Amino acid sequence: MASYDSRTLSRRQLSAGLGAAAGLGVIAMPWVARAQADSIRIGFPIPLTGPFGAEAKDQARSAELAVKQFNDAGGLNGRKAELLVRDDKLNAGEAATRTLELIEKDKVHAVVGALSAAIQLATNEVTRARGVLYISISQSDAINEVKDFSRFTFHEALNPHMTTAAVAKHALKKGMKVAYLCADYAYGHEMLRGFKRAQAAIGAESAIELMHPFGASDYSTFLPRIIAAKPDVLSVCNFGRDQANAIKQAVEFGVNQQMKIIVPVLLHNQRLAAGPDVFEGVVGGANYYWGLEDGVPSAKTFNDGFRAAHGGAIPTDYGAYGYTAVRSLLQAMTTAGGTDTDKVIAALETLKYDIAKGPQSYRKCDHQSVQSVLILESKKKSVMKSENDLFRILAIEPGSESMLRSCVELGLPI
Amino acid sequence: MDAQLVLMQLLSGVALGAVLIMTALGFAIVFGMLTVVNFAHGALFMVGAYAGLFVVERTGSFWWALLLAPLAVGAFGLLIERMLIRPLYGRPADDPILLTFGLGYVLIEGVRLVFGTQGIPFATPPALVGVVNLGFGFFPLYRLVVIGVVALILVVLWLALEKTKFGLIVRAGARDPQMMQVLGVDIRRLWLIVFGIGIGITALGGVLAAPMRNVSPEMGSIVLAEAFVVTVVGGMGSLFGAVVAGLLVGIVVSLTSLFAPEMATISMFALMAIVLLVRPEGLFGKPGLGV
Repeated sequence: MASYDSRTLSRRQLSAGLGAAAGLGVIAMPWVARAQADSIRIGFPIPLTGPFGAEAKDQARSAELAVKQFNDAGGLNGRKAELLVRDDKLNAGEAATRTLELIEKDKVHAVVGALSAAIQLATNEVTRARGVLYISISQSDAINEVKDFSRFTFHEALNPHMTTAAVAKHALKKGMKVAYLCADYAYGHEMLRGFKRAQAAIGAESAIELMHPFGASDYSTFLPRIIAAKPDVLSVCNFGRDQANAIKQAVEFGVNQQMKIIVPVLLHNQRLAAGPDVFEGVVGGANYYWGLEDGVPSAKTFNDGFRAAHGGAIPTDYGAYGYTAVRSLLQAMTTAGGTDTDKVIAALETLKYDIAKGPQSYRKCDHQSVQSVLILESKKKSVMKSENDLFRILAIEPGSESMLRSCVELGLPI
Repeated sequence: MDAQLVLMQLLSGVALGAVLIMTALGFAIVFGMLTVVNFAHGALFMVGAYAGLFVVERTGSFWWALLLAPLAVGAFGLLIERMLIRPLYGRPADDPILLTFGLGYVLIEGVRLVFGTQGIPFATPPALVGVVNLGFGFFPLYRLVVIGVVALILVVLWLALEKTKFGLIVRAGARDPQMMQVLGVDIRRLWLIVFGIGIGITALGGVLAAPMRNVSPEMGSIVLAEAFVVTVVGGMGSLFGAVVAGLLVGIVVSLTSLFAPEMATISMFALMAIVLLVRPEGLFGKPGLGV
């Protein structure tokens, strides 16, 4: 043991150490699925491993339900659909490679997927260069803008502009001071931009804007500045585990006693991971919450289908994206009578669908799904009726094109 | 920028430093005494947190978790040393690296299978919830307790290493294992015990961190990187170095957050790069000692 030279040992171990640290969170999971020649093949790259793994698995489970229901109903004149799930490991290069493989090797007819504002853009680069239809199911404003948009690009997820506008409308008032703690990558930047635009219209202002490193484990060093700025509201704009950790530590510092905590997207799985006490009273937006079934028939149908397929479990917010995107794609293919990309694009552009959350449609000029935004509040533990009774629906902001930026602003021809 | 804020920021840095010391200590012990670079450190930290959760759910007591989880995971550490690490002594340094690297994957996947991928809430013990008024600001009671617990562990470790016969043997064994063997000391048993203690302390770090971070299978991956930075900055094989480096890294990260928050994480790696350029053996590392 003592025979090694200490310096060479430590250098070598150092470089290996950094590599390992980067690699440990990312574990390969081979997903074997053989494509059949005559089936409708939908590629589904999502980050099954990594910090968004819980959300990604829900996306896969919901998308598989959509395919199963389509096939059980006879498919497209007997032609069955097939979902080819791949792990993009929350890495842009990996996402591009998997997408390229899906297109070149598996000959998919369309791609649905991605769960990161940055990685969907990488996926979109590949699909648009190959002329393959892509429905993104992760929040992004950039994907609707002229630089990244293409006629093959559809966006089923909410975008930061409409989400933040809806949340701000319910949580902010004229004269309020807002502190922002946002993840320093595309998601955090787009959410911050959306909130600032919305607060300007309302008459609220920023007290402080802090960008934190993506995937930070400790937020304690950001909190003294936020508390010192004495805001009325703290807006935490990050995703996945970052959301649970940031809110947990803010509560630890007593932040929730001094200001209201809001988030652009109130995540089902992170609320589960952090517990009701930590999230109590936090307000945020969502594309879907299972409790919608009390007033929306299609939500009830979706929930029941999901419960039957998954032993009574309920679908989650990001899971619903997988369902609505795949179902809408298959509906459009049915209308188009096949998988011809041009015909399916035309069908999607005129499609009116209500499959989980009320009426939806893709706006023709930028292919953004026009849909409702839910405003949710995390429930106090004592008023929860079951362990899935997480949120109270404060409001449902109905879908309308007025929630979106105009296509002139996006730089797109109308 | 007022003085109160800077004071608060410094205190946050010290508290973060205490957490970093706690997360790095097990890594530094195993490396310093056995020269085994334990790449399963992050995973064992996570296993410690899950073990703590398991105990809390059954006993309802955080204190039992603080005691039992490190003991259980430490015993598991003994098993790892005996079955996996021991056959690799005397082989190139890459071998234990590869082995523990793989072990880390196995542990993470194992926890995913048993406890699910989602992560589980780990509540702060009710007695330690809340903030304390320090005159210049409010600080979470739990973090103050963590500083205290870490200080206590360091004192106990220091006493054990410097003031006991066992500590004398451990230090001598780290410096020259062959000589110790010639003198009739069962060096294998010694390494077994030291490894077990290192893993137990790693698990204790996991239990202490759990109320601040929630518990998830991937919670250890960043811990491995942090432990590495602290150990390298402090000096390979120097326990005192790990303590100073932990505090230094905590304060650097905290003050960076004050001026350039988005640089908070990168600042610790920048610090490590600078230290390696100026003092490749680390701040308190003595070339040849303990390695």
